[in-house]
Amino acid sequence: MTADLRIRDLSVRLGGRPVLSGVSLELRSGSFVAVVGPNGAGKTSLLRAIAGLVPHAGLIALGAENLDRLSARARARRIAYLPQGHEMHWPLPARDVVALGRFPHGAADPDRLGEADREAVAEAMRVTDTEAFADRAVTELSGGERARVALARVFAAGAPVILADEPTAALDPRHQIDVMSALRARARCGTLVIAVTHDLGLAARHADAVAVLEAGRLAAVGPPAEALAPDCLRRVFGIEAFIGTHQGAPVLVPWS
Amino acid sequence: MSGGPGGPGGTAGRRIAVAALAALAILLFLVSLGIGPVRLSPAAVAAALIGRGEETALVIVREIRLPRALLAVAIGGILGLCGAAMQGLLRNPLAAPSLFGAPQAAAFGAVATLSLGLADALSFALPVAGIAGAFLSVFLLIAVAGRNAGLTLLILAGLAISSLAGAATALAMNLAPNPFAALEIAFWLLGSLEDRSMRHVLMALPFILAGGAILFASRGAFRALTLGEEAAQSLGVNVARLRLLVIAGVALGVGASVAVAGTIGFIGLVAPHLVRPLVRYDPARLLVPAALAGSCLLTAADIAVRVIPSTTDIKVGVLTSLIGVPFFLYLILRERRRLGAGLAA
Repeated sequence: MTADLRIRDLSVRLGGRPVLSGVSLELRSGSFVAVVGPNGAGKTSLLRAIAGLVPHAGLIALGAENLDRLSARARARRIAYLPQGHEMHWPLPARDVVALGRFPHGAADPDRLGEADREAVAEAMRVTDTEAFADRAVTELSGGERARVALARVFAAGAPVILADEPTAALDPRHQIDVMSALRARARCGTLVIAVTHDLGLAARHADAVAVLEAGRLAAVGPPAEALAPDCLRRVFGIEAFIGTHQGAPVLVPWS
Repeated sequence: MSGGPGGPGGTAGRRIAVAALAALAILLFLVSLGIGPVRLSPAAVAAALIGRGEETALVIVREIRLPRALLAVAIGGILGLCGAAMQGLLRNPLAAPSLFGAPQAAAFGAVATLSLGLADALSFALPVAGIAGAFLSVFLLIAVAGRNAGLTLLILAGLAISSLAGAATALAMNLAPNPFAALEIAFWLLGSLEDRSMRHVLMALPFILAGGAILFASRGAFRALTLGEEAAQSLGVNVARLRLLVIAGVALGVGASVAVAGTIGFIGLVAPHLVRPLVRYDPARLLVPAALAGSCLLTAADIAVRVIPSTTDIKVGVLTSLIGVPFFLYLILRERRRLGAGLAA
């Protein structure tokens, strides 16, 4: 199940204030898209609108399907959403948290998973390298381990679109690279992965495309080298950056 | 804080724990039928239950003690279930069924009828007014906080409603036509299962069952809420609707309980904690064991008030609070230690 995501004229208002206005985007299945922008630019609102968590105007379609016409369950089978911060309130075993990814498929009880659900959970834990602590309580895991469990939960959903809100925040460099690589590997399997990040370097290095938001509007979209061009960085972020290449991949370091 | 794969939380271990709790509840139920001014042997109780044995024993067991024991099981069960559901919804181990004001409003409904002299403490009008009070609190809550209210707003509105119900209850006592009525109200509020009849059981049970069914049907959503409201919503859970369902389920179940038995505190808070390690902290699997633990606790407390020698009857609601408060303090201390450890780490 792969399809392109079409967003047309998307607007979101929160408490009467516009946070997104007239955003239009076409995102290909199988690509890894980074969404960047200054604080308050509407990045999280964009993800939440796609996930159907905030009221919005405009069209959001996956392939031929208008997502807003789907039930919450059906939408959840197509869009897997990883919110910021990886909230975990009870000390459930990591495996049960990953199994929650199958919730939209009707698998509410991690002890009674069907064949497909069990396989999806096992596969997600394998690619995120979380099998070793499958039985440990998630609240006792380190930040990096918890981030991988959260990622596994989203992978287990088997959704054609994954939305991740700052998946690398508060992680050390090793875990940042691991998470970005896992997301990119997922995209290579045909999933559309959209990740919000503040790390322009990670975005330039790992993403196939970058969407730059500024004050609720789309400022630029395209391959990292185009979307993160010096004039755009200057205008949107007010920064000068070192831009180069290393091993054929773009390198971007915010400088002054 | 959790067992290993083969630990007490495994599927088999959990089934055994639930079966043991159910067996304990049945045992306490049978003991409860045998305890009172006239002690009856288990054999005599069993004989009376199936309609055999001597006439007096038959009357004592079936007319006097059976309704009391049934109410203890049903009310204890729904209090435990409501506590587990509230803690699941709020993702907070210190949440109690009284948070949204339904028990207080039910108590006010019952007290108002007593105060107005519409009913004596054991009549039929009392539970009706109690349940009406619980429903009124739900409508008020939704009117004040709105249908799509967040938790903070609901908790604040619940606080306002329970304070209002408490003040109205105090006013009803204040305006009681005579000291006897005031005393009757005061004693009724303490919470008791004494002298209840099958009519009370039939009155409360449908509401308790309906409330329990609503909460039990939401169990999967409580597990999804482990990830927070936003993630749960993205998994297809309608969180706003879930909140209303839990509020309605708790009002039905606890409202009916308060309506026939007065205020019985702390079981809803304590029961889920006793069994949470058995289910490895899973908020969905917690519901049934929490209900069973609640049944055991209230039945045991109701046996204790009959066994403890005293010149005046000790009300079962007083006993559950006396035991419950130290346990609540222990929970707070444990939470403090946990937070302290978290800061040190």
